[in-house]
Amino acid sequence: MINNNLTIRIGGEAGQGMDTSGAGFARALVRAGLRVFANSDFMSRIRGGYNFYQLRVSDQPIYAPDNVVHLLLAFSPDAITQSLNDLAPGGAVIHDTSLKVDAAALAARNLRAFAFPFEAKALEIGRPAGMDPKRAKLMTNTAALGATAALTGFPFERIAEVILQNFGKKKGSAIADANLAMARWAFDEASKYADEFAWKLVPPVNPTNRMILTGNQAIALGAIAAGCKLIAAYPMTPATSIIEFMTAQSKRFNLVTKQTEDEIAAILYAIGANQVGVRAMCATSGGGFSLMVEALGMAGMTETPLVVVDSQRPGPSTGMPTRTGQGDLLFVMHASQDEFPRIVIAPGGIEACYFETARAFNLAEKYQCPVLILTDAFQAFSARSVDVEELPFEEFKIERGKTLTDAQLDALPPGEYKRYALTDDGISPRAIPGHPNAVYTATSDEHTEYGRIEDEDAANRVAQHSKRMRKIETMKREMRMPEWYGPADASLTLMGWGSTRYVIRQAVDELNARGITANALHFTDIYPLDEARLARELDKAHYLIDIEGNYTAQLARVVRMYTGRAVDNKILKYDGRPFTSGEIVDAVVKMTKDEGRKTNAFVFGRSSFVTQQETLK
Amino acid sequence: MTNTPLTPKSYEGEREITWCPGCGDYGIIAAVKQALAQLQIPPHQAFFVSGIGCGSKLPDYLKANGYLGLHGRTLPIAQGVKMANHDLKVIITAGDGDSFGIGAGHFLHALRRNPDVTMIVEDNKVYALTKGQYSPLSTKGWISSTTPDGSIEIELNPILLAITGGATFVARTFSGDPKHMAQTFAKAIAHKGFAFVDVLQICVVYNHVNTTEWYRPRLYKLDDDATYNPRDYDAALQKAREWGDRIPIGVFYVDERPTYEEQIPALARGPLVKQAHAGYSKETWDEFRATMM
Repeated sequence: MINNNLTIRIGGEAGQGMDTSGAGFARALVRAGLRVFANSDFMSRIRGGYNFYQLRVSDQPIYAPDNVVHLLLAFSPDAITQSLNDLAPGGAVIHDTSLKVDAAALAARNLRAFAFPFEAKALEIGRPAGMDPKRAKLMTNTAALGATAALTGFPFERIAEVILQNFGKKKGSAIADANLAMARWAFDEASKYADEFAWKLVPPVNPTNRMILTGNQAIALGAIAAGCKLIAAYPMTPATSIIEFMTAQSKRFNLVTKQTEDEIAAILYAIGANQVGVRAMCATSGGGFSLMVEALGMAGMTETPLVVVDSQRPGPSTGMPTRTGQGDLLFVMHASQDEFPRIVIAPGGIEACYFETARAFNLAEKYQCPVLILTDAFQAFSARSVDVEELPFEEFKIERGKTLTDAQLDALPPGEYKRYALTDDGISPRAIPGHPNAVYTATSDEHTEYGRIEDEDAANRVAQHSKRMRKIETMKREMRMPEWYGPADASLTLMGWGSTRYVIRQAVDELNARGITANALHFTDIYPLDEARLARELDKAHYLIDIEGNYTAQLARVVRMYTGRAVDNKILKYDGRPFTSGEIVDAVVKMTKDEGRKTNAFVFGRSSFVTQQETLK
Repeated sequence: MTNTPLTPKSYEGEREITWCPGCGDYGIIAAVKQALAQLQIPPHQAFFVSGIGCGSKLPDYLKANGYLGLHGRTLPIAQGVKMANHDLKVIITAGDGDSFGIGAGHFLHALRRNPDVTMIVEDNKVYALTKGQYSPLSTKGWISSTTPDGSIEIELNPILLAITGGATFVARTFSGDPKHMAQTFAKAIAHKGFAFVDVLQICVVYNHVNTTEWYRPRLYKLDDDATYNPRDYDAALQKAREWGDRIPIGVFYVDERPTYEEQIPALARGPLVKQAHAGYSKETWDEFRATMM
């Protein structure tokens, strides 16, 4: 028996309801006091294809997906063929009797198949409940979860509770009753085989209260806690659920959420609102961010605070809409013409999405500049159970930097306010328009200290541009160095940024357990960083391996540009899928066996491993 | 602060104006000040948004809050400002190329929403600051450096577009008639909802067709026609199509529709800027947390 260490995958076609039932099951597990990490993998289509929802369950804190699947709930033939390599020996597949299954292939891998007449039963139960066959068939999901509960020894009452919540808005409704009957039947049927499945779920006696949050929800919550009152966005996967979630919460928190005509308008709405003192944001993916670039530079020039989220997916152009990647780092660092201060932050993990987004709003007002948050599809769609204490929403402290208070504005001599006053730290006291003592214009042209157009004067240009750029030096004092994880003085250091944080940590733990001493160096703050301090951090790494979801090793380039330190090796992946810790461990092990270390980069394909021929250095 | 009434001088900027001698913009800025004074809107409660181009320099020469943004992007900025602080009087001033070339898409969507802002288009039918290229409002056949054989596109009709798109106040005025301009701007700014004013503006350097001499004999005032009812949609559409020998100026169309801001529940408690940064109570967060469990 293996207690509370289980990964379940629900695979099938789009439209079969796997996400909904998977999320329902996750909720039941969390209410029972277990911890979950859920991630989904889906195609850019509404019906058909092959999608899966995966749920890792533990009684210990978990922050990333596991490498193996123990139980597969298969709703289509693809679900089985595409999962064969991921299933753990001794694991099982639950499927409908009508699904053709290659029993030999399963047996060869020591996998057990449990077949039940889900569809037939769904039609039988659905008909008297007045459900059409299509609707009735959706109940196979509920049944599969009932069967899962039975095989894993999970209490049926917990499942029943969630079914009632999902379907039973009106108590005793026919649909809720039918689903309950389906789950009960499947639970009873599968209970007969409970001894044949080794992984068990044993809820703790006193469950702790936990929420389930996705990365995008955590970003939205960071914004809300930081006093963001307006979000403007144009729908684009994988960022859309940020505005959707804020819209769903808009009445509770009194928010304005605006779906605009395009991303250009979205960023301009946010800039307009920020210009007059309201914290506002926009969220998009790389394609939408491309449209925002001109306005980003405008916010840089007018020194308007702004928070922009780029939830990355593979590109260029439309790329792979529902897949993940880390290809936008250099783009967001350098987007828009000429130079201006900006901040680039890439949170890693659900809780970091919350904390870093909230912090981004303080940084934006403190430094009066755009703050760019880089996340990606993997992190956007992943969900984790979060302890209530982990995210103390009400404790977040809003800091507005040199924003003038009403009292300060009242004390200003009328007509003398300089919005772009020259200061040592580059930050000028900022008046929110609307006070008689601080009437001013801001302009995208080069401008005087008063904010008036000054397109010609060279001395003024030098003074203003230097003032703006001085903010970068000021920022560096508080921007954070990359974070170490694992034993100091390890022989290998795995370097990464953003969403790979916990997967790399998991890989580090696995490597150390196998006797390869490794640690991790993770970047959340990426720009700007103090070069000298960063160089000292990197000096601690003996053999530096860069791990990134792009082709050109963008972080490695940034690090080398700022410190001169080149990485010793790279693990790169750009197939649209997230890294797994198993893949990283395999790659590192191969590197250590590579006598003389002839290769200098490893690149992954889907479930394959190749040595990159060309030199990326 | 004293309570002396505001006069056009109250909005006088400190800047040297860089428009060409004889430019229609001089009349426009004077009329804007007149209108503000007539409505007694203090400079700190006005917020001008402009784009890029000759006319878009207007807020730089005024004493009032303003944001001189990007070419073609006035409307989304203005709507963001208005949503954030609907106590501000938001006024857009931009040229015809800015508003109907690069910015045409935003115009159509602003019309649908009816934000309570005023848009004054300085319509000289030419790209002047880039030295004379044709604009979306230049008459077909316009000869310029990028259309040496004459443009082969027909011109947009901004009045017709505004009415059919959903503007709730649509007017046209003329840069050579200061009094009519000031009156029209004042009506537009006082209007609750999206007010659009097309200002026929002369450009003494690059537009040698639509000159004062060309306009004067053609213009007539809708106000002089007692039978014209600007609340009659069909009549407004007819008038909007009139161009050539006779060109109407004045208020074409007025309608009442809830403003965009009025329909946003979060703004019922007052301007967003006054609600922000206060944080939320533990009770609010507790209720929220319960929904995520």
